[in-house]
Amino acid sequence: MAEKTLKKVDIIFAEYLVSPYKILEETIKRPKNEIIQEILDSGLRGRGGAGFPTGLKWKFGASAKAEPKYIVCNADEGEPGTFKDREILTKVPRKVFLGMGICAFVTGATKGILYLRAEYNYLIPSLNNELQIFHEKAKLLGLDFNITIFSGSGAYVCGEETALIESMEGKRGEPRNKPPFPVQSGYLGKPTIVNNVETFVSASMVCRIGAVEYKKLGTEDQSGSKLFSISGDTHKAGVYELELGMKVSEFVEEFGDGDTKAVQIGGVAGVCVPRKNFEATIIGQGSSSGGSTMVFNSTRSMYNVLHNYLEFFQEESCGQCTPCRVGCQQLLKGIEAIKAGTKPAEYLNQLMKLTETMKLTAKCGLGQSVGNSFNSIVTNFREEMIY
Amino acid sequence: MENLINLTIDGIDVQVERGKSILEAAKIANVRIPTLCHHDDLCVAGNCRVCVVEVIGRPRLEASCAVPAEDGMKVLTSTPKVRTARKDIVSLLVAEHNTQCTTCYRSTNCELQSLSAEYNIDNDDYISVLKPQKPIDKSSWSVEKDDSKCVRCQRCVRTCAELQHVNALTASGKGNHMKISTFLELPMNDVVCTNCGQCITHCPTGALTERRYYSDIWEAIGDPTKHVIINTAPSVRVGLGEMLGFPIGTRVTGKMVTALKKMGFDSVLDTDFTADLTIIEEGSEFLQRLEDALVHKKQVALPMLTSCSPGWVKFIEHMYPNHLDHLSTCKSPQQMFGALAKTYYAEKMGIKPENIVSVAGMPCAAKKFEANRPEMKSSGYQDVDCGLTTRELGHMIKQSGLDFTNLQESHFDSLMGESTGAAVIFGATGGVMEAALRTVYELITGRPVPFENLNIVPVRGLEGIKEASVKLENCLPKYSFLEGVEARFAVAHGLKNARIIMDQIAKGESPYHFIEVMACPGGCIGGGGQPIPTNNAIRRKRIEAIYAEDEGLAKRKSHDNEELKKLYQDFLKEPLGHKSHKLLHTKYRKRNRY
Amino acid sequence: MADIQVLVKELVNKYGTKREALIPILQGVVASERYLSSEAMIEIAKELDISAAEVYGTATFYSFLETVPRGKYVIRICRTIVCEMNGKKDVLKILEEILKIKVGETTMDKKFSLLETNCIGWCHQGPAMLINDEVYSQLTSDKVREIIQDYIRNK
Repeated sequence: MAEKTLKKVDIIFAEYLVSPYKILEETIKRPKNEIIQEILDSGLRGRGGAGFPTGLKWKFGASAKAEPKYIVCNADEGEPGTFKDREILTKVPRKVFLGMGICAFVTGATKGILYLRAEYNYLIPSLNNELQIFHEKAKLLGLDFNITIFSGSGAYVCGEETALIESMEGKRGEPRNKPPFPVQSGYLGKPTIVNNVETFVSASMVCRIGAVEYKKLGTEDQSGSKLFSISGDTHKAGVYELELGMKVSEFVEEFGDGDTKAVQIGGVAGVCVPRKNFEATIIGQGSSSGGSTMVFNSTRSMYNVLHNYLEFFQEESCGQCTPCRVGCQQLLKGIEAIKAGTKPAEYLNQLMKLTETMKLTAKCGLGQSVGNSFNSIVTNFREEMIY
Repeated sequence: MENLINLTIDGIDVQVERGKSILEAAKIANVRIPTLCHHDDLCVAGNCRVCVVEVIGRPRLEASCAVPAEDGMKVLTSTPKVRTARKDIVSLLVAEHNTQCTTCYRSTNCELQSLSAEYNIDNDDYISVLKPQKPIDKSSWSVEKDDSKCVRCQRCVRTCAELQHVNALTASGKGNHMKISTFLELPMNDVVCTNCGQCITHCPTGALTERRYYSDIWEAIGDPTKHVIINTAPSVRVGLGEMLGFPIGTRVTGKMVTALKKMGFDSVLDTDFTADLTIIEEGSEFLQRLEDALVHKKQVALPMLTSCSPGWVKFIEHMYPNHLDHLSTCKSPQQMFGALAKTYYAEKMGIKPENIVSVAGMPCAAKKFEANRPEMKSSGYQDVDCGLTTRELGHMIKQSGLDFTNLQESHFDSLMGESTGAAVIFGATGGVMEAALRTVYELITGRPVPFENLNIVPVRGLEGIKEASVKLENCLPKYSFLEGVEARFAVAHGLKNARIIMDQIAKGESPYHFIEVMACPGGCIGGGGQPIPTNNAIRRKRIEAIYAEDEGLAKRKSHDNEELKKLYQDFLKEPLGHKSHKLLHTKYRKRNRY
Repeated sequence: MADIQVLVKELVNKYGTKREALIPILQGVVASERYLSSEAMIEIAKELDISAAEVYGTATFYSFLETVPRGKYVIRICRTIVCEMNGKKDVLKILEEILKIKVGETTMDKKFSLLETNCIGWCHQGPAMLINDEVYSQLTSDKVREIIQDYIRNK
């Protein structure tokens, strides 16, 4: 793999001379297959965290038979350390609707829903204004596609696409069994394409600049650029668009405070990279691609960090499946017991085995990924867990 | 065949229909995969994760109940990875559980306990995360809810929703606070619960159980001043054996009677006696309604609905309070029995009614509630002192130390011990209707009901709603107003199906004259007080036993019951007469829908 | 008709009676009544023809659908890692001091409720909090005092 150095990019927030509506107009003149192929060729993967190839999802959506079809924009941005979708929806909402519009065009969907987390309710008035304009333009272009906003009510797990759909259907946000996948049977049992906010923007930008140009950014298996939400012990906290494929060491050099001890990549569902691995770790590779990066310096207790994560998980698990519901509680109680000396240090091994069971058996990505941060912190900062 | 797919499970080739789950395929291959949240009656939840298996080529384990079998799939159900994961999951459930198994009512009949034993769970593997519990909810006469025993499989929630359309139970909260609760966590007695007890028979553990009263009965039996009588419902005799080592569907009528006598009941009687009585009263009421409608042109509520199932009665009181006039005013056989026990029986036997303790052995949880309805005191005393489930009776028999298997058979005592086959079939869905038709048709025409060997097959079986009709021709002069009428009947079981029937009635679109409704799927043989587990295969076997009992009896029509004739002669005088109205009929009340 | 019936009726007219209308209706009631009372949930259940338990079960899944009475202003302070690292505890202490209540409680005058919440997406400017739908970030003791004083005086 070609080594990349950290490079700031300006695509997502860039102001183009051509308006998003012009891009929509140009794009929907093209054959649908060609657009899907463009997205496939770009190598674009979902920017919400799971990283499913976007072009493939759209292709499945296009070939699904039932009607109506739904396009859902997942703006239930709840991953700790992530705030880039809010930034997009604040600054360039048009590009989000542009992406949704293109997706509607290629898949034949007529209904769009923006699932906005409750914590971002203050964005609703401005988004509604933008939507009004979008609907007028779409009508002029002959695109039969209407987007509404669905406001969430405070549940991290609803970021999981089937939980999000359950929630839109007025139910508890408990993830479904898969298959069937939403593209086959989603909202109200109809084909539903769920993509993250940034994914829609990136897809629209692929249509704007072309797959070839887009692919020049990033690496072989991580193409393009992506937004990173940077927070923690850094002087440059905020949202940055960076080319994919950078090393943690490069990242730390740019964003660290000179005393960086560890970087949490991909939110609490991602991994914690300790200093000794900065050089060898490529951001986004083999881990969650949500773009959350939290920086910890040497003053931080990694026990406290992990404790905070686990409190988060035990509360935000939907609670339906055993490994996640009870597993999260066990991990929290377990590290507390070790710290308090009521369980021996070796108990950490038992807990790490438990995360393996959770990864193998939990119903959705939430429970499956708890072990990422747990194992990386416990392995690399074992002494901090015990003493 | 396009619709068939081939896969291997633990190396065994198996062919299944497309769309079947791995678990279903494994059953065909005779491979046992442990489950917990799965129940044959209910939709797939896939939330306990006990049934995970390895599928070659997939990174994670798959919940076999929820994942469809695919062509060419290679499934392994017992690899080290699978066993470790399963053991971990069961350990986690145990860590969340009140593990005082020795004092649990469901001990030895608990799915978690079995799994824990199977996987040899070590209590020290994980830290207990059992929540500090509220006291056990004993507010209801019928259902006890102990959250400390809950494994959150949501079988009860699905039962209450899918089978019964009641939705009194829900999952609430999330994460570590997720639990099973009622609306606002109100006591069970204060919500729309019908007391049907289906949640109990679908609960894998001791989280939901019936309120138990059998200690009171032991006490009464031990009290020389008390005359303790018991009557047992037809479904008890085909279910009880399951508690006592007999194969499913074994009739243990005679042994049961012997056991109860040996246990010290002063008289062991048959609820079937008052089931026959119900047919006479209810049949007469039905004919009265038809006459009122057709001859006297009165506004009467038709179709008439049966009222023997107390879960169903409470359901309609909650859900369709404006249609209570459709319910037959007849009490259930249990309550008729109770009312007569402390009047007719007391009189004939020369025993003071206040010294009689009247016990009903029932396949039912709702009967406990019914016995305690304030209107059920027409004898001047509480008509039925206590309703026991089949399960409680099973426990009592075990406690008595009797060698049940080798007991001699004996007959019910008399007075109020005689019955006919028509009463026996009350236990199966469709049975009340069939029994009613055997009598009503004969009353109207003077001829036996025109079905071969009296078997009214269209109303039998497990289909949710069944229909039958009979053309009434050559009626006796008294019933000439029915000449030529095509009488239409329906049978519904499971409150889900009752709702369909009631929605028709509410819309004024019901095509029937008379409808039997039972709260529990399969009727009383699948009642909330029956042995656990219950599923359709088990229901079928119990139903077969019921019809076999009917076929084996000489008398199969309620109006042929000799003791019953004597009851009318000596005491009641006539159906729907003054005494009947006082003792055998009742009123209903509107209850809150929410 | 009681006020709550009128409100639910209005929301039903707006969102419909299908199950997918449930959450918007619940949100509408919370926005207006500050929480979901027993009467409100029963009214919604009636309108949507579902059981009250289903309404309750759904509502309790979501942290913004309150089923206990809350104050006019619900303060939700973020307790997730970065806000925690950046001094959330001090901010919370100040809030408890000013409002004279603990987390989970509501002031006597029913004006404020103080709650903790999980990540609200302002990690780069933590500690952060929401007061109803408004965000306040980069909180310091002084800033929190000012904000709350402003609410006490002007709202």
